Amino acid sequence: MRGFIARRLAFVVLTALLSSMVVFAATNVLPGDVATMILGREASEQAKDELRSQLGLDKPLVVQYGHWLGNMAKGDWGDSLSTGQDVRSVALQRLRNSAMLALVAFLMYVPLGIFLGVVAAWRRDSPLDQVISTGSLAFIGLPEFVTGVLLIALFSRALGWLPASSAIDPGSGFFTAFPSLILPALTVSLTSLAYVVRMTRASTADVLQTDYVRTARLKGLSTPSILFRHVLRNSLLPTVTVVAAGVGWLMGGLIVTESVFNYPGLGRLVLFAIQRRDLPLIQATTILIVVIFVLANLVADIVYALLNPRIRYR
Amino acid sequence: MAPPTFQVQDLSVVYETDSGPVPAARRISLSVDRGETLGLVGESGSGKTTLALAAINYLPANGRVKQGASRLNGLDLLRLPKREMPRMWGSRIGLVSQDPRSAMNPTLTIGRQLDEMGCRHLGLGRREARDLALAMLGKMGMSDPPSVVGRYPHQLSGGMLQLCAIAMALLTHPEVVILDEPTTSLDVTTQATVLDVLTELKTELQTAALYITHNLGVIARVADRVAVMYAGEMLETAGVKALFARPLHPYTLNLLRCVPHLGAGARAERPKDGKASGITRAAAAEADASGIPSARLASIPGSLPPWDDLPRGCIFAPRCPLVMDFCRVSRPPLVEVEPLRWSTCLRWQVLLSDEGRAQAVSVETRAGVPPLVEDTRSRGPLADGGLQPSQEAVSVPVLEVKDATKAFGPARSRAHVKAVDGASLSVPQARTFGLVGESGSGKTTLARVIAGLELPSSGRIFLAGESLKPSVGARGPHMLRRLQMVFQSPDGSFNPRMTVGRALMRPLMIMNRLDRKNARERALELLEAVRVPASHFDRYPSELSGGEKQRVAIARAFAGDPDVVLCDEPISSLDVSVQSSVINLLADLQEEAGTAYLFISHDLAVVEHLSHRVGVMYLGKLMEIGEVAKVLAPPYHPYTEALLSAVPVPDPTAASKPVRLHVSVSSSLGIPSGCRFHPRCPRYLGDICRLQAPPWRLSDGRVIPALAPTSAAGPDRPAEAAHSISCHIPLEELVRLQGAG
Ligand code: SF4
Ligand code: SF4
Repeated sequence: MRGFIARRLAFVVLTALLSSMVVFAATNVLPGDVATMILGREASEQAKDELRSQLGLDKPLVVQYGHWLGNMAKGDWGDSLSTGQDVRSVALQRLRNSAMLALVAFLMYVPLGIFLGVVAAWRRDSPLDQVISTGSLAFIGLPEFVTGVLLIALFSRALGWLPASSAIDPGSGFFTAFPSLILPALTVSLTSLAYVVRMTRASTADVLQTDYVRTARLKGLSTPSILFRHVLRNSLLPTVTVVAAGVGWLMGGLIVTESVFNYPGLGRLVLFAIQRRDLPLIQATTILIVVIFVLANLVADIVYALLNPRIRYR
Repeated sequence: MAPPTFQVQDLSVVYETDSGPVPAARRISLSVDRGETLGLVGESGSGKTTLALAAINYLPANGRVKQGASRLNGLDLLRLPKREMPRMWGSRIGLVSQDPRSAMNPTLTIGRQLDEMGCRHLGLGRREARDLALAMLGKMGMSDPPSVVGRYPHQLSGGMLQLCAIAMALLTHPEVVILDEPTTSLDVTTQATVLDVLTELKTELQTAALYITHNLGVIARVADRVAVMYAGEMLETAGVKALFARPLHPYTLNLLRCVPHLGAGARAERPKDGKASGITRAAAAEADASGIPSARLASIPGSLPPWDDLPRGCIFAPRCPLVMDFCRVSRPPLVEVEPLRWSTCLRWQVLLSDEGRAQAVSVETRAGVPPLVEDTRSRGPLADGGLQPSQEAVSVPVLEVKDATKAFGPARSRAHVKAVDGASLSVPQARTFGLVGESGSGKTTLARVIAGLELPSSGRIFLAGESLKPSVGARGPHMLRRLQMVFQSPDGSFNPRMTVGRALMRPLMIMNRLDRKNARERALELLEAVRVPASHFDRYPSELSGGEKQRVAIARAFAGDPDVVLCDEPISSLDVSVQSSVINLLADLQEEAGTAYLFISHDLAVVEHLSHRVGVMYLGKLMEIGEVAKVLAPPYHPYTEALLSAVPVPDPTAASKPVRLHVSVSSSLGIPSGCRFHPRCPRYLGDICRLQAPPWRLSDGRVIPALAPTSAAGPDRPAEAAHSISCHIPLEELVRLQGAG
């Protein structure tokens, strides 16, 4: 098991490195000259050259990359070209905000999704199953900006329970932010919920068909024992993978949702950085997203291995 | 008199399917008493499993009990509400299912799965439940129960896992236990041990047992009484000895005559088999019917009646050799024709006489079937009568394998396993080399190496003296035509979107360069030769039965008039009554075409029946090799000895020879040092076996050291000697040890 985790960790580092190269290369072929962007169109060629050499932009790309990577590793992520703020503190703050949102969403859709999926599989083909299955299918098709707008219309415009905009102060704590988190979290949840429900239902239905569940039944075990000890352990295996892969999906959803609700998270920061061509900001945020994604998959692999003795003992 | 422990009365089960209701079991009654074992035999589609599951009130959602009762000590299980059943299952009713690999939960340790029984049904705490489980495993003769309970299913061997499943089912001392093919997925040696344990435990606990199987040998060993099922109905029931000695239903009689009996003698020994003429065939049929062992097995023509069109009269009438008009009038009931013997057959008295039995056995003859090859091409030593294989060895063998080795995994790593290690063998024309071994013996890998589907790590293969390229792709159509293969599962070898006709024509056009018209004609001839109706020419493989598909696969192998056909377990996916007809077909085709076979099987009786020479493999190495009669008589290699005594013989009066191998605990496939068989060898000598690879001992007294490559030993090679054994024990000593047996 240790070797397994070590191997996976090495893989995480490798992926992060590779993606940093891609990000660096991509941002360097982006159209537009950095010096011109900073100094403005009117600046003299000489001033631009000086700035370039100061920024190290006249060196070969490889050297630039090494330099940049070293700085990233040291924690010096540079300053934003458009706001002049320290990229690291801005990015980490926004990351924290997105994490709060993601956490609330996660806590909403994962347990609920698994519960609904198991119920649907246990009562397969019953009216209940049909309601759950078709209901979740309907939400898969709806994009976030539609569900978001619908939820705003319902809960803030019509009922007035929750704020329509989540434009909180980026530094607010969890509990202050909480009321503003509910609607965006709900928006993100609905699409992901559908995936978890469908995956759980399918894998649970498969497990219910296996011989070992038949054995468990014919051992005369009680329904809770069968369900929790024999079925869930096995049927959650594929679900875990889907939930982890869903983190990527979740992040995509976050970018849209944060914009709809004006929520100061990482997703909106990425959009902002891209609109402004703010290279240091783009680099930092994209790499952050990649690392989160890979880490989520690592966690999924570990949980999968913990649940599955065939991997644990190899 | 108290009612029997478990009693099923007049039970009918229907499945609702998309294509209409399927009456899978009809009006079945049976009973089992304390300490008694009722064997329920039947082929696939007989409804035996349906019946058992329905009787314990466990049917899939689309299954329904139409009528009948199932009483456990007087209590009708079928009248109990569903929610009461969990109190019965596990505590008063036990079940052991076929494949322990799928029947045990892969994510829980064996211990936890066993504990559940004690906790749930006996009201024990976890600790006490574990103690009980350990005691149970100990009672089954396991040497180290604590190490077993801590493991997960994938860490245990199949046999060990099945022992645990049996312990689990019997832990609560249920009143009745259903055993659904519990040893079918196991190797013979493991099966023998598991059966011993099962029998002992059952006797001790006085459990009533319902033992479901298709294997007549197993039935003869475990059952007290037998019930024979066919197409959802029960045809006959009797005490096990009476049933095997004197079946009173034509179906039972034919079923018994379908399987070759180990020790019945090999083809090589039977002079009549050498002469391929119509006259001897008829004689053979007669000899068979009168009970004299013969080269020809009975087979039951036709197939199961379709569910939506069951015959009105006797259910077996469409396939029965004894059928009369009155059989077709109405369904005959199961009646007690003799004390304690029930049969549905209206003409059961016919079966009391030898002539009657002869009449009742259906033996397919080749009469009327055109021979596979034109007479101009007839060749081979068979034309001039029964040659002894030893005389024949002088001629150049058609297939020769020298020191074939196949290793998997990177060298010097722990995963490096020699699946086949230095195998040498040779097969002359028109002869069969039988390769026996249990799972993991490397027999299939060897066949794949010969066929070129797997590249050998070292070693050479010769076809009629010509060296073969290792890879099938490099061999060219000419060589492909001469070396063909028939696989275990016919499904895998057909393209489902190609009709039978095209599947046969393609190789003819590619390998034999026939034009479309000639290929079509030849394909039709081939179909006729394997007794598949010409109307199947335009059908797709999915429209054929398993037996028909395998026949077509054989026809295709013979399309190019091959020198050698490699048969890898060609019958093990088929039902008993279909197996025999494929065996007969293979024997006929060999006589007609003079083809050499490498016949691979785990079934010793079938290998004995078909082969002239036999090789016994264990963990990648040949242990014993020689003429069939010599291999199957003392001196045996200790492994062969264990194998032979483990094979269940379909004769309840046969004394069981008690050479037993212990069931290995672990599922991991390490290869032991020295003699590979030493960890399980009942005749283990000590360090020499553990440290040193044993020499080959030839029947003429020569001893060839293990290190000498088998092919370098010139004419003395074990591969061609009359009989050789790889063991540290000298042959005379082996004879002395095994002599009596
Ligand atoms: S009743 Fe007639 S058809 Fe049926 S098994 Fe007996 S003889 Fe054959
Ligand atoms: S060499 Fe030893 S261990 Fe191997 S079969 Fe002979 S007696 Fe048994």
